[in-house]
Amino acid sequence: MENLDQLVEEGLAAVHQADSLQTLDQVRVDYLGKKGVLTQQLKSLGQLSAEDRPAAGQKINDAKARVQEAITARKNDLETAAIDQKLASESIDVTLPGRGQDLGGLHPVTRTLQRIEQFFAQAGYTVEQGPEIEDDYHNFEALNIPGHHPARAMHDTFYFDPGTLLRTHTSPVQIRTMEASEPPFRMICPGRVYRCDSDMTHTPMFHQVEGLLVEKNVSFADLKSTVEAFLRVFFERDLKVRFRPSYFPFTEPSAEVDIEWGREPDGSIKWLEVMGCGMVHPKVFQHCGIDSEIYRGFAFGMGVERLAMLRYGVKDLRMFFDNDLRFLRQFR
Amino acid sequence: MKFSEQWLREWVNPPIDTQALVHQITMAGLEVDGFEPVAGSFSGVVVGEILAVASHPDADKLRVCQVAGGDEPVQVVCGAPNVRVGMKVPFAVVGAVLPGDFRIKKARLRGQPSTGMLCSESELGLSEHHDGLMELPHDAPVGRDVADYLGLNDVTIDVDLTPNRSDCLSIRGLAREVGVLNQMVSESPEITPVPATHSEVMDIAVSAAEDCPRYLGRVLRDVDLTVPAPLWMQEKLRRSGIRSIDAAVDVTNYVMLELGQPMHAFDRDELQGGIVVRLARLGEKLVLLDGQEVELTEGTLVIADHDKPVAIAGVMGGEHSGVSPKTRDLVLEAAYFEPVRLAGKARHYSLHTDASHRFERGVDPELARAAMERATELLMAIVGGEPGEIVEVASDAHLPEARVIDLREQLVADVLGVKIDRTTVEEILTRLGLHIDKLLKNGWRVRVPSFRPDIAIEVDLIEEIARIFGYNNLPVTQAEGSLELKPQAEARRPVSAVQSFFVSRGYQEAITYSFVDPKIQSVVDPDHEGIALANPISMDLSVMRTTLWSGLLKSVDYNQKRQQSRVRLFETGLRFVKNGSEIDQQPMLAGVVTGAQVPENWANGRRNADFFDLKGELEALFQLLGITVEFVAGQHPALHPGQTARMNLNGQPVGWMGTLHPQAQKKLDLNGTIVVFELFLNPILSGYVPNFNEFSKFPEVRRDLAIIIGSDVTFADVERTARKVAGERLTALRAFDVYEGAALGEGNRSLALSLFWQHPDRTLNDDEVQELFDGVTSALSEELGARLRS
Repeated sequence: MENLDQLVEEGLAAVHQADSLQTLDQVRVDYLGKKGVLTQQLKSLGQLSAEDRPAAGQKINDAKARVQEAITARKNDLETAAIDQKLASESIDVTLPGRGQDLGGLHPVTRTLQRIEQFFAQAGYTVEQGPEIEDDYHNFEALNIPGHHPARAMHDTFYFDPGTLLRTHTSPVQIRTMEASEPPFRMICPGRVYRCDSDMTHTPMFHQVEGLLVEKNVSFADLKSTVEAFLRVFFERDLKVRFRPSYFPFTEPSAEVDIEWGREPDGSIKWLEVMGCGMVHPKVFQHCGIDSEIYRGFAFGMGVERLAMLRYGVKDLRMFFDNDLRFLRQFR
Repeated sequence: MKFSEQWLREWVNPPIDTQALVHQITMAGLEVDGFEPVAGSFSGVVVGEILAVASHPDADKLRVCQVAGGDEPVQVVCGAPNVRVGMKVPFAVVGAVLPGDFRIKKARLRGQPSTGMLCSESELGLSEHHDGLMELPHDAPVGRDVADYLGLNDVTIDVDLTPNRSDCLSIRGLAREVGVLNQMVSESPEITPVPATHSEVMDIAVSAAEDCPRYLGRVLRDVDLTVPAPLWMQEKLRRSGIRSIDAAVDVTNYVMLELGQPMHAFDRDELQGGIVVRLARLGEKLVLLDGQEVELTEGTLVIADHDKPVAIAGVMGGEHSGVSPKTRDLVLEAAYFEPVRLAGKARHYSLHTDASHRFERGVDPELARAAMERATELLMAIVGGEPGEIVEVASDAHLPEARVIDLREQLVADVLGVKIDRTTVEEILTRLGLHIDKLLKNGWRVRVPSFRPDIAIEVDLIEEIARIFGYNNLPVTQAEGSLELKPQAEARRPVSAVQSFFVSRGYQEAITYSFVDPKIQSVVDPDHEGIALANPISMDLSVMRTTLWSGLLKSVDYNQKRQQSRVRLFETGLRFVKNGSEIDQQPMLAGVVTGAQVPENWANGRRNADFFDLKGELEALFQLLGITVEFVAGQHPALHPGQTARMNLNGQPVGWMGTLHPQAQKKLDLNGTIVVFELFLNPILSGYVPNFNEFSKFPEVRRDLAIIIGSDVTFADVERTARKVAGERLTALRAFDVYEGAALGEGNRSLALSLFWQHPDRTLNDDEVQELFDGVTSALSEELGARLRS
């Protein structure tokens, strides 16, 4: 039994020297396995007297426990070291770009249209669509612009034949909607419109949103609040808005809407025209079979590209239709 | 319309500066486009008199002049062709500063000393006119400051009038408006009838009274048209953007600007017999004042003599019958032409004149006589002459009726959203020249003056009240009205969902023109004829698109030419196709992909997008939309014959996808593989509302199968055949490998499939799965000639 302590010392040394889980396991087998040297010691107990046996057994078990403890600790260390080594080998350059698809983007006109539609949807307006190849009646006549009217010169119209044309505004959609249904109405008509004009500030196609509200009791003052609220929400600023008398054949009274946009060189407010609006002309109601003694309405219209240009700082209108990726990518 | 501020202030002179005036009329609805000084900024220019002119010893084109006007007569070298002794001209003395900060110093020109400079109009910034010295009147006081003498402390204001405000196309009308805004009365020149001094009258007949309800003519004999209009008149015209021609033309233009009545002067001797106002006859021709000969169309109102047309009524006079310096006797015309009848006539002849601009918008029908008297008086003061009686032919039946409108006080409040008190309303209307005929119980009976043809109904009056009251003084209120909630169909996905889908998959949304280049369209869609515009802006934007590819592929070209090899675009919008006599305007969704499938980087590799990349994206889109779309091999003239699929939804074709045909690609000058698709938007948006199905808790069984099969047998054939016999518990069938190679023999390919079965209520046992699997194997072998790959 004298050599028990020595065996433990040797065992502990072997544990300490084991540099892999494999060699460590061999140490376990050599000392604690069925034929391990410490397990073998238990067999010698039979040669001892019954009185001595428990104490000697206890000693051997203590010795086994010490070795087992050391093995467990060593095993932990070796496992931790192995994981650390694996982790070290798996480390990557996290600054390299990721794998897969990148993001596209909406066209700035669509982005602007969606913001406009969202505003008016909250106020209970429906979105109405209509044909882009229109007839003369819906584009002009029904809007109180008869054939001889000088206002036709304000619309440089694309024609297919004398009665068929590309709509010059989205107002004909309002006419079609009013023809097909009964008041009250709250609608906006977004879409492409066409004018025979092309330079820095005109493209032959652009987008408009025209709105219409028809109720029994509605006034110019209500129109003002709608327009002002929209512009402040759109530009996210408490900007100054002014209404200037103007003329559209389909509204009376009519107004142009200017917003405050910086300062003139002399320090006065610089005003920019952004919308047209007015109270629906009785003749328009008459064309749609609506009694203007019972119903009144207001209408407004805006150029989407113009609003987008102001909002996003685009200087040249034509860029909207080049579809240059270097332009489009800026509106994600 | 351009006008001189000074001229306006002769009529009404409110105590406000130019800025305030411009703001005031803009806010009253007469939008000012801009204003600019009537002359450049200069100093030290005086009225000079040419005392002597001698030729320059060393230069043919220069003259050596002696000029008075400075402290003492000096020598000035001058190159103007019109310089002559006795002439009065603007003389920039030494020390003067001309526009552009040009300082006048003593100089020598070709050796001759020159002290100062004689000026043309352009050198003073008065006009573009620079082919000679500006000639000042004989009575111009020598030595007087020219800016002071010409009253050049003035601005030209350019007001952009809306078509309804024809009443403001004159100083008279503008002054009336400014008077109303400032609560002042505008002064107008006193117009008194000029008595006739001889008995010659024009024989005037109007055979088209509907077009010309009123026509006035007057003969003025023995005039001297070599005498020019006085400088003050020429200056007023110049500041209104009209060049001086001769006294007769200048006076008619002056009266037009002053009162708003366009007029014309004929040479009496060029008129055969009398004047006939009639419609043109077929084949008649006329050489106009601008020198161009026009063939008149029937329905054009003309002024004719007894032989021939001499003017297009209300548009432009003829060259031949116009006045010239030789004219002795002339005929002045003032008329009212009916605006609706006259509309479009000028444009028909590609003309737009100051007269047609006014007549189309409506001249005061009661103005002609006053204008005639005013013109007679002004003209006689310049060129002398003997006036005859005015001959007037008028048709009351065709003149506009007097308009009387009842205005309800309550409606004013209802439309404007505020009650404006009665006295304010009455004051505004009266100041505008509207006459309150009668006070009604609930409002007013208002008579509209002849100079406001735009006011016809009650709301027109309300607009006038609002305009003068000030739009910005009206209140701001919230519209009442029930906010009715509209039904929303959940099954139908919004277009914005489709847009977001493509955006998240790396596509940029494009917006291309609806009209396209017919050359491009004939390549991408030869089967449809594009609807052509009658008046396109250019050839490459001349037909309506029958497919969105026409614009998208042009955008690909645009970007490829700008070093963008990876292009992914989509667009939504209408296409336009003929359908018998109708035009179908169909909302489409289209896209195009070319270049790397994913952006090139260390991990993504460099594979270019192909058919299956795009197909996978469309399949995902259809999942989003909740629809099952079948892809069938097809033929499209713009697409690769072996890489084209027609897409069907419920058996109906809904679109095409495929690789662009190499021929089409070559014609369009595009690079790389280009894959495109186009879908009808409406049918694919009609999705469904999900309905939950209980899913199985029991394990799914998978069996794999590899077959060798003829290359002409499609995966769709294999799938259909397998599904027929695989039983109702088959949950999925996938192809996980496709291989073609020499080892398989020509015309063969290998297809690896995995099949999945699952039962809702129990675990499937091996035998029953094996039986189904064997059934599939034998069906494929018997029906499609497949053999198992060992």
